[in-house]
Amino acid sequence: MPSIQAEVTNVATNRPQAVKSSLWRQSIRKLLKNKLAVGGFAVVVFMFLLCFVGPLFSPYTDNKVNMTMMNKAPNIHHWLGTDKLGRDVLTRVMQAGRISLTVGIASMVLSVFIGTLLGAIAGYYRGIVDQVIMRIADLLLTIPSLPLLFIFGALLSEWKVPTDYRMYIVMLILSLVGWPSLARMVRGQLLSLREREFMQATIVLGLRDRRKLVNHLLPNLVPLLIVIATLNIGGAILSESVLSFFGLGVMPPTPTWGNMIDAANNMIDFQERPWLWVPPGFSIFATVIAINIFGDGLRDVLDPKQKR
Amino acid sequence: MSTHSLLHIQHLSTYFDTDEGTVKAVDDISLHVRPGEIVCIVGESGCGKSITALSVMGLIEAPTGRIADGIIDFDGQNLLSLSKNHLRSIRGNDIAMIFQEPMSSLNPVITIGEQMSEPLIIHKKMNKKQAQKRVLELITQVGISRPEQIAKSYPHELSGGMLQRIMIAIAISCDPKLLIADEPTTALDVTIQAQILDMLREFRSQSDMSILLITHDLGVVAEMADYVVVMYSGKIVEEGEVVELFANPRHPYTQGLLRSKPIINQRQKELYSIPGYVPNPLELQESCYFHERCEHCMDICRTQEPPLRDVENGQKTACWLYEKEAAVHV
Amino acid sequence: MSSYLMKRLGYTLFILLAASLLIFCLYALTPGDFITGNIKLSPERKAELRELYGLNKPLLERYVIWMNNAFHGNFGYSLDKQQPVLKLFNQYVWNSFLLAIVSTFLTWLIAVIIGVIAAYKQYSWFDTFVMVGIFAAMSIPSFFIGLFLIKILAVDFKWLPPGGMLTTGSNATGVAYLKEVIHHMTLPVIVMTLLGVGSLTRYFRSNMIDVIQQDYIRTARAKGLSERKVLFTHALRNALLPAITLVGFELPALFGGSLIIERIFNWPGIGQLYMQSFTVRDYPLLMGFTMFIAVLTVIGTLLSDILYHVADPRVKI
Repeated sequence: MPSIQAEVTNVATNRPQAVKSSLWRQSIRKLLKNKLAVGGFAVVVFMFLLCFVGPLFSPYTDNKVNMTMMNKAPNIHHWLGTDKLGRDVLTRVMQAGRISLTVGIASMVLSVFIGTLLGAIAGYYRGIVDQVIMRIADLLLTIPSLPLLFIFGALLSEWKVPTDYRMYIVMLILSLVGWPSLARMVRGQLLSLREREFMQATIVLGLRDRRKLVNHLLPNLVPLLIVIATLNIGGAILSESVLSFFGLGVMPPTPTWGNMIDAANNMIDFQERPWLWVPPGFSIFATVIAINIFGDGLRDVLDPKQKR
Repeated sequence: MSTHSLLHIQHLSTYFDTDEGTVKAVDDISLHVRPGEIVCIVGESGCGKSITALSVMGLIEAPTGRIADGIIDFDGQNLLSLSKNHLRSIRGNDIAMIFQEPMSSLNPVITIGEQMSEPLIIHKKMNKKQAQKRVLELITQVGISRPEQIAKSYPHELSGGMLQRIMIAIAISCDPKLLIADEPTTALDVTIQAQILDMLREFRSQSDMSILLITHDLGVVAEMADYVVVMYSGKIVEEGEVVELFANPRHPYTQGLLRSKPIINQRQKELYSIPGYVPNPLELQESCYFHERCEHCMDICRTQEPPLRDVENGQKTACWLYEKEAAVHV
Repeated sequence: MSSYLMKRLGYTLFILLAASLLIFCLYALTPGDFITGNIKLSPERKAELRELYGLNKPLLERYVIWMNNAFHGNFGYSLDKQQPVLKLFNQYVWNSFLLAIVSTFLTWLIAVIIGVIAAYKQYSWFDTFVMVGIFAAMSIPSFFIGLFLIKILAVDFKWLPPGGMLTTGSNATGVAYLKEVIHHMTLPVIVMTLLGVGSLTRYFRSNMIDVIQQDYIRTARAKGLSERKVLFTHALRNALLPAITLVGFELPALFGGSLIIERIFNWPGIGQLYMQSFTVRDYPLLMGFTMFIAVLTVIGTLLSDILYHVADPRVKI
């Protein structure tokens, strides 16, 4: 029961407003007021531009091995120095970002797709289908995710998957580990939506299952999904970096932020050449924190009840 | 009844800053309560009556809410200029308050006994044992049997009526000079309502405590009040002695309120209701705020705010109808 | 109560059984094994060992043998360390527990205090600062912050040892031993606290924000209680209540060690043991560890459920 004072302030804001498009516009306006979220979004955009457009302005994109320029500290030509093969670290960080961001987004899309589909089916049809799907989800949630990731990673290595394809399989692995909690959430939302009045109305109207699901239930899930999807990208980028850091994810020469840090994880590089591993680490950190802050702002706007 | 006032609110304005603009929840109101008197504030929800009460208690929550202006004189000191600690020593001690929802007004995870003994320990400087003893007396005093068992129970184990009795017991535990009751019976069954009101009246007559009673129920007003204040959109539109006001309502809003109350033995075809809605507090312009709903609306009502003026027998009203009349008489 | 509990228990057992099968199959699927990868062994010896460890039997038979032994309290024999798995766990798990319990305690302490204050001062600059801090803590890659702090605090400033639990070759005893361990665990504890404190602070903050808007908080203020009492007695008790369920969820983290942190700080815990075994494919140990965590997870969930019912006077089973 909110306080009377909140009630007073609500009198003014709870005027009826029906039009759908204005609801979205209103959300955007609210989001723009949240300076933290706007800042987060700006950093996300910046990281994207840096990784996808940045390399176009770099003279070092060919990754040529340059023996005369090995392990140079940051200088005027190489802002973040060079690595043991004389490659420009800044360019490597940008190129690695391409892979890391792509893997993050793709595995998010995949796990949101699988999670929503299975969660929606379970929550809508209930009965035996629900039982089977949710039991599998429970099972996967019982097994700790890191060992699970390691096992899959090891499988990749032993099967000698060509390094070019590894990133696609890493995406698949991440979404395989990511979907159960999503499916659970979607199912929970659906179950509570089903009981609401407007769904009762569709039953009275005699609408078909598919129509009910696609036209009436799923649109109500969209705000929640947008929020979760956003936050999931951050999580996926982190998981990919862990996997690659332990040499079980994407492998060199395909650079990712995780395996760049791994490559520098030896006594001399670690102690004497921080420019090799600090920039990729900060790139992960900056990207993930920006995504999280932006996602939280989105949540405030789109799904205020789901706080926490 | 003495003539000096125990509580004197002067030109109180309480505002809330929202994203859309400032809401003037209470807008320049003045009222006073004499020792032993029961004053009722009547009005629809959102008219500012609860906010007035919370302003007196110093419970307006920053940063959205703020008391913009005014003096709240209680027993010779301005509550608004007191330090937080000083105000806290008055709150729950000289001024006590009970709320609308007894079910949610008590902490669900703390026993009744512990919640009751807190003010005794802070204000009356009792030790735990003394407080426990007094708690049992208080529970009996508000008409609940088996006090030991009640003191050990949690709020969810009691009914709403019992919880409101407990709230009253907490409120009177430090012998306050003023009790503020914010819709104390709204959430209760009708039979329980009468018991609670009786109890309040009884405590008033025992201890000469004043009561500021906030309600939207004119039945409660007729039963309890010595003096009535009618609020609308954050303003006082009419006030007077209860008998006088019920017999002779001047303001069209008061008249409407009285007309919309069903009267036993007088069955009408349709219950009267005041047409229209309370105006949006963000869109208020200089005018009589009631003009859109008023059947006597004149040009001046749309552009100027009527002042609260004496009419007769100590009754005051803020309406241009009587302003004109007054002018004619002069 | 009892029928509810029985149902939960039954389901728990079912999930555990299914998990054991899945875990077994996953590791059986993982290519390479301890023997094949070991170049020191002759082909004949390899075949002999396979026979000895039952690795040439069909999958299902191996699973049944494994489960049967597990039911009798035998989780197999580590091929790499040549010791029973349970004995190894017992050796390593307490080192993990030491790290976990200290950092969990710190995490909760910091999260409660900061969460309460931030909620109380919602929208203030302090709150904004806390929010950014929360997101920062939730966004740091654990291995990176570990390396970063080692580089700064251990390598550059030499304030703290970079890893291990004792200085190499040390044979300190008594207070000196204790001091040495504390010195070594400071850095991993800092990192673990940092990694956990974000989400927990956020949880307490939003719980407190809900609670301080409740009517009973207004009543507490109306009684003339001090703000400190209102916050830390009346509000915090309500905000902590749902957090009791988290205690159960902490269980796997308390005993399961941290794969990443223990690896980075070379801490002789159970997570480190797992990482070592993984490289040599010491299956009995790997399966035992994964199953151990699964059991902890399931028990933790059950525990949360029960604790919540016990703690909240409103909930009755």
